[in-house]
Amino acid sequence: MSTLSVEEKIRRNEENLILSVQDLHTSFFTDSGEVKAVNGVSFNLGKGKILGVVGESGSGKSVTAYSIMQILADTGRVVGGKILYKGRNLLDFSKKEMDAFRGDKCSIIFQDPMTSLNPVFTVGYQLNEALRLHTNYKTKEAATQRSIELLKMVGVNEPEKRIHQYPYEHSGGMRQRVMIAMALACEPDILIADEPTTALDVTIQAQILELMKDLQKQLGMAIILVTHDLGVIASMCDEIIVMYGGRVCERGTADDIFYNPCHEYTKGLLRSIPNVDNMKEKLVPISGTPINLLNMPKGCAFCPRCDNAMKICLEEVPPEMQMPDGHYASCWLNVKKQMEGVSADE
Amino acid sequence: MAQNFDIPAPTKNPMSLQLDPKKFEKATDEEKRQQDVMAESTTFFKDGMRRLMRNPLAIISIVLLLLVVATMVIAPAVVPYSYEQIITVNGKRDKRAANLKPFEYSQLEQQYMEETGEKLFPHIMGTDELCRDYFIRVVYGTRVSFIVGIFAALMVMIIGIIYGSISGYLGGKVDLIMMRIVDIIYSLPDLLIVILLAVVLKETLSQAKLGIFSKLGTNMMAMFIVFGVLYWVGMARLVRGQILTIKENEYVLAAKSIGAKNGRIIRRHILPNCISVIIISTAQQIPSAIFTESYLSFIGLGVQLPMPSLGSLANAARSGMQSYPWKLVFPAVMIVLIVLAMNLLGDAMRDAFDPKLKK
Amino acid sequence: MSEQNNKSEYLVEVNDLKMYFPVKTGFMKTIPLKAVDGVSFTIKPGETLGLVGESGCGKTTVGRTLLRLYKPTGGEFRFNGELVTDKNITPLRKQMQMVFQDPYSSLNPRMTVEDIIGEPLDVHKLYSNRAERREKILHLMELVGLNAEHATRYAHEFSGGQRQRIGIARALAVDPKFIVCDEPVSALDVSIQAQVINMFEELQEKLGVAYLFIAHDLLVVHHISNRIAVMYLGRIVEIADADELNDHPIHPYTLSLLSAVPVPDPRTARKSQRIILEGDVPSPLRMPSGCPFRTRCRYATEQCANECPSLTDRGGGHMVACWNK
Repeated sequence: MSTLSVEEKIRRNEENLILSVQDLHTSFFTDSGEVKAVNGVSFNLGKGKILGVVGESGSGKSVTAYSIMQILADTGRVVGGKILYKGRNLLDFSKKEMDAFRGDKCSIIFQDPMTSLNPVFTVGYQLNEALRLHTNYKTKEAATQRSIELLKMVGVNEPEKRIHQYPYEHSGGMRQRVMIAMALACEPDILIADEPTTALDVTIQAQILELMKDLQKQLGMAIILVTHDLGVIASMCDEIIVMYGGRVCERGTADDIFYNPCHEYTKGLLRSIPNVDNMKEKLVPISGTPINLLNMPKGCAFCPRCDNAMKICLEEVPPEMQMPDGHYASCWLNVKKQMEGVSADE
Repeated sequence: MAQNFDIPAPTKNPMSLQLDPKKFEKATDEEKRQQDVMAESTTFFKDGMRRLMRNPLAIISIVLLLLVVATMVIAPAVVPYSYEQIITVNGKRDKRAANLKPFEYSQLEQQYMEETGEKLFPHIMGTDELCRDYFIRVVYGTRVSFIVGIFAALMVMIIGIIYGSISGYLGGKVDLIMMRIVDIIYSLPDLLIVILLAVVLKETLSQAKLGIFSKLGTNMMAMFIVFGVLYWVGMARLVRGQILTIKENEYVLAAKSIGAKNGRIIRRHILPNCISVIIISTAQQIPSAIFTESYLSFIGLGVQLPMPSLGSLANAARSGMQSYPWKLVFPAVMIVLIVLAMNLLGDAMRDAFDPKLKK
Repeated sequence: MSEQNNKSEYLVEVNDLKMYFPVKTGFMKTIPLKAVDGVSFTIKPGETLGLVGESGCGKTTVGRTLLRLYKPTGGEFRFNGELVTDKNITPLRKQMQMVFQDPYSSLNPRMTVEDIIGEPLDVHKLYSNRAERREKILHLMELVGLNAEHATRYAHEFSGGQRQRIGIARALAVDPKFIVCDEPVSALDVSIQAQVINMFEELQEKLGVAYLFIAHDLLVVHHISNRIAVMYLGRIVEIADADELNDHPIHPYTLSLLSAVPVPDPRTARKSQRIILEGDVPSPLRMPSGCPFRTRCRYATEQCANECPSLTDRGGGHMVACWNK
């Protein structure tokens, strides 16, 4: 590991970074006690990059995204850590600043576009509202003009007609396009997409993913793509974070994660999905049941399901370690390997 | 690309930790299983009760209602007066004991106490214009209101469940016709029907043998019938709506694909899943029935004299309102307490048991 | 069950199955929604037929119609050579079962695991005393990998994967020969899907049960199925052996469906050229004339608009419904 100080590294990276999440902790305070949904998550998002956050339900991937936007449910609260946007901590923002951030700098699209569009207003009206609130298109005509442009950009056919329609008159794919148009209305630096294609069919999913990629190239924004689908991640992302039980298991480039996984969970996940190559073989599933956030293991969240779990895994949370190829993983097995390597050298 | 990850993680360098190589032995399955215990088993009911007991308003309401019920049960046995008798001192009717203030004794009573040194039971709420102990009358009035409320709510529940579940489960034309009947009943002005029925039933019921209900009088019976005939429609609609949603669940389809008959599906799958909503709604029905009883009694259509009810007590107190305000205050406060406590409890139950509000 | 003379090699024979739902368009006016419009296929004992298609293509309706959860508008379904009708469905339910998509809504939250799995036994009176019932239930729980200690727990206490196992145990309770699996893994987490898929395969080996495996995930279907049928708007457009369909798809819809599947492999994903289908699936209420796929098809000709192609054999049982390919 290099000897540069933390401050220096942050300064060096600052120009490339748009968002830096450091040791984020988010909890929900429910009847049954505190649920630590996000438990020490750190990652960085470079300008114009697509970052994939992958994990199963309860892994804290969506909560991480919501924590950045600060749109958690009433019972949820960020209890620790920092979210730095261009060097400024979002958690210190006033309500007004946060509103401005949410409108102008960062937008989010959700899994189900129907719930995020107001059913009693036309699509055009809702787009106009967003534009007139957050951008310089203050007059009705200018805003309408811009709405049509935006809809055209996201591939909605006949946008002049579409803006007078209500959300229910659009298909699922069209609604998601409208949502993306709305999210892009203010030309944000960051677009958070929370399972944007999970509710859509494969052929429509392919359309939307293609659209998001094109738009990202065109507009140069950074995208955080939250999903459970490794296929979507593989085709879209530059960098990937694998989450489990509210913690980051592994983070690195797409190739690192898919071709050189260094965490038992990532390995297991890649083994367990049907692939073109393993059609004739039995799948190798990850054993056990998904994590119960109310009853988290003391050590590594994955250890009850891990085939190679060691005694230390049960006791202590594994530290994040840099792998030889430069990506990071949090698994005691890597520590063990390194220790063995050290002793072999001696 | 990788440079973006160059910020070290906040954790310590693992190599600097003092690590025991023994810890890196493979963990046994037993050890792993200990980490992965299933949460304590709770039933839906237990879970709901736990939430109910956490709601302070629910606790206050429950305590209040328990106090009222306890008073209703115990008071008639403890208080030596009866709701229909003029106060009698030493075998003599005390005709001057009318309209006493709370805890006041009449002259005759004071005389008697001085003579014998025996302490008479106080008139906690004073007496009414006919020299009857007011406290015991209020207690009996509460009893009547309670019985009416609970009976009416139960009747509404039973009719509503049967009607609603048939309509909701069968659907189609049956549902259409049954729901139009409900709509017609909904559009009837209930107060008018109560008055009409009260008049008509007075004639017919007075000849019939009513057993224990005879004390309540024909008006009361008419009221029960009105509740039975009119107010079940709300419950029927609710049950139907519930069933329509539950029917769409895949477990109902699963039961059908197994080959279960309709009766079994309704009993085992549909009703158990809407029972909480039904109970909550019944609990909320009780105060509204009490309220209806009170205002009907207030306008003179309630229980038959000399049986008191909270509404008729309030009505009787109206005439002397300026001279004896407490006679109006006591039954009125009682109505408010009961209705408020029941409403709060009903709301708390809804919050605790309704899965839709459950996170 | 009575032995029939006309016993065929197929366990399931579906011929021109049609299921139309009436949809209200105005007061007293209804038009038919053709959810399934002339579907035919066969399944041999112990075989798995995968049925893929996008939402609204009628694949779930096919499964439910086979089990008579809906009364079919037309066509016939022979089970073990016997024509299935409303009259003989009740005894046949002992041989046909269903596993549902949503492990949350397919189990009654007010029932214990024991009662859920025991319900088919109760309905068909498959035990003589309580002890036998319990023994059977515990055996079933063991078969699907559930801990017998959890028999008295309620369904909501289990995770999605475990709930799906309960659903499978319920289907197996009557010892069926044929199970319709309606998207049984699509609601499950990725790490759990493989467990359930493996279990389906193991159960098939052990019990010789045949599956109609309905799903939208082509990779999953390919993994588990012997043959695959692709559905589009109520019709089967292509049906072939799983590998054959994957390697040599013929129908333009199958082609684009296959290419749209996101492959969990970044290098392949970067290289591959996707065939992106234009537009949306038409509403089944306003079906295009002729071939239903022609509105999104690049090869569409006039013939496609006039006449609907039927399935024709392109060799080795590879059936395709297309004029141009």
